[in-house]
Amino acid sequence: MPAMTMTEKILGRHAGRDSVQPGDNIWVDADILMTHDVCGPGTIGVFHQHFGKNAKVWDREKVVIIPDHYIFTADAMANRNVDTLRKFVAEQNIKYFYDVGTPRYKGVCHIALPEEGHTRPGEVLFGTDSHTCTAGAFGEFATGIGNTDAGFVMGTGKLWVKVPPTMRFVFHGNLPPYLMAKDLILAVIGDIGCDGATYKAMEFDGDGVYALNIEERMTLCNMVIEAGGKNGVIAPDQVTLDYVNARNASGKKYDVVTTDQGATFCYERVYDVTKLEPVIAKPHSPDNRAYVSEVRGTKLDRAYIGSCTGGKMTDFRAAAGILKGRSVKIDTFVVPATSEIAAGLKSEKLNGQSLEDVFLSAGAKIGQPSCAACLGGPSDTFGRLNGPISCISTTNRNFPGRMGHKEAKVFLASPLTVAASALTGVIADPRDCLQ
Amino acid sequence: MQSTITGKAYVLGDNIDTDQIIPAQYLTFNPAVPEEYQMFGKFALSSVPASQAGLPKGHVPFHTKDEFVSDYRIIVGGKNFGCGSSREHAPIALDAAGIEAVVAEFYARIFFRNAVNGGYLVPFESVNRLCDRICTGDDVKIDVENNLLHNLTTGEQWQLKPLGEVAPIIDAGGVFPYAKKVGMLKV
Ligand code: SF4
Repeated sequence: MPAMTMTEKILGRHAGRDSVQPGDNIWVDADILMTHDVCGPGTIGVFHQHFGKNAKVWDREKVVIIPDHYIFTADAMANRNVDTLRKFVAEQNIKYFYDVGTPRYKGVCHIALPEEGHTRPGEVLFGTDSHTCTAGAFGEFATGIGNTDAGFVMGTGKLWVKVPPTMRFVFHGNLPPYLMAKDLILAVIGDIGCDGATYKAMEFDGDGVYALNIEERMTLCNMVIEAGGKNGVIAPDQVTLDYVNARNASGKKYDVVTTDQGATFCYERVYDVTKLEPVIAKPHSPDNRAYVSEVRGTKLDRAYIGSCTGGKMTDFRAAAGILKGRSVKIDTFVVPATSEIAAGLKSEKLNGQSLEDVFLSAGAKIGQPSCAACLGGPSDTFGRLNGPISCISTTNRNFPGRMGHKEAKVFLASPLTVAASALTGVIADPRDCLQ
Repeated sequence: MQSTITGKAYVLGDNIDTDQIIPAQYLTFNPAVPEEYQMFGKFALSSVPASQAGLPKGHVPFHTKDEFVSDYRIIVGGKNFGCGSSREHAPIALDAAGIEAVVAEFYARIFFRNAVNGGYLVPFESVNRLCDRICTGDDVKIDVENNLLHNLTTGEQWQLKPLGEVAPIIDAGGVFPYAKKVGMLKV
């Protein structure tokens, strides 16, 4: 058998084939289908249209539904969409539904999936959201799809997939305290461009990757879509397995799949992370890369710390380290990705003060767990850019209009850089204020 | 699929992402509800900055007479058309606005899949970069069989790439009819 990458192996196994090559079109079995309040109603529509009014989903334990995008809003249409999900869940007896207003409510789907034990090595996860690629951090094939594809999976448990060639990114060294995974992935996207991985898998490897905690690995995989990647993937190690085994929802067995020695990569690049500097993406594209040192002093109106990219415990710990005992100079919004993280902000202490207190005493506002202003949303969304202002954000996209107003300027950076900038009101280098 | 697609071209640049095609605040409409489907047409391309809307000059509104359906039938774009989110509302918005084909240098993967699998429009790839060579408002004709784009306004002719492996899905009208045709789906 020819040597294969882990992406090729996982896809091949799910198509019942020992061997596949990049470019092969195969029908793949899904382990999990995830949908949310934005794409769920359309997906359900496609499902009923093609499989019939009384059709049942292929497996009620494999469809996971996580409302997260338009949650804390008065918008009637947005609330109706969650009702559509509720009705479907009841009619299909869906097992995993994290409904708003119940103790099960979670928040941002990509963080909720692993927290609730729906991510496992070697599996295939499809989700109706482009950042579904985040789950590649658990050593699985995870990718975003649209409503039609998702409706097809809902009815059949299968989808046609073209096997992507794999690009390999190797990181060496331990991250210095002023850098985070966000800097690494922004550097990669700056190097290859926001179309540099179109139709390709991005595999991350090297001691620099395995030195990262699981949340930081998720940040790396989360943003592969910003380079056009089909999926991002990191082979599991003990850190992965410990996390997965502690949470595995169904207790389902899984196979650890890794890349074979001698597998073919279509591209390879090696980074020494100790030599990198804090990176930022300027408006209006995630590949519009600059070093923070080059744009230091640029005036800002707002700072935003949240989303599936930059709203996890590691992100808030980093930001709190900078904000503790200081005051922000511009409007600063803090949005935990999930309710578990929101609870973490209350319980975790930094020198005796909870992270939540650190943020509140610094003058930041804390929102409820959800996507919030990461994608703009209805006009009453917490933190939304309703005017042509400048914002520095830990989120993942800065195309025109992404966070609201189409003339607004969004700079993407690590939580360290965003926190440092919140203190000064201009783009600031975290190296200047690490305590 | 029809053998020719004819109409006025609307020209855009590189990296036209799904937030520009259909901004997030309109995603609360449900495309499965016919009256709401047309709303996507109304807001199609509404987040493209004015200077980039309708190249080469920009500042050309996508809708003129009708607020739901545009006068334009074919979009000409640059690189990485449809990048960003997985929202199928993006090809739906263009379809609802009356767009029958997009001609771009290349596409972001999810947009391309959604356009093909949902059967909303035909995503052609051009051999040359056409967004600097065709002007908004030019009358163009796509000869599907011969993979050619004729600019009827200037008399120029441009080569398109063959649709290749997705042609049978486009021909069938989307992934559902295609899967039925090849025996993958029996409903
Ligand atoms: S936090 Fe932002 S990027 Fe993540 S799922 Fe929500 S809208 Fe998408």
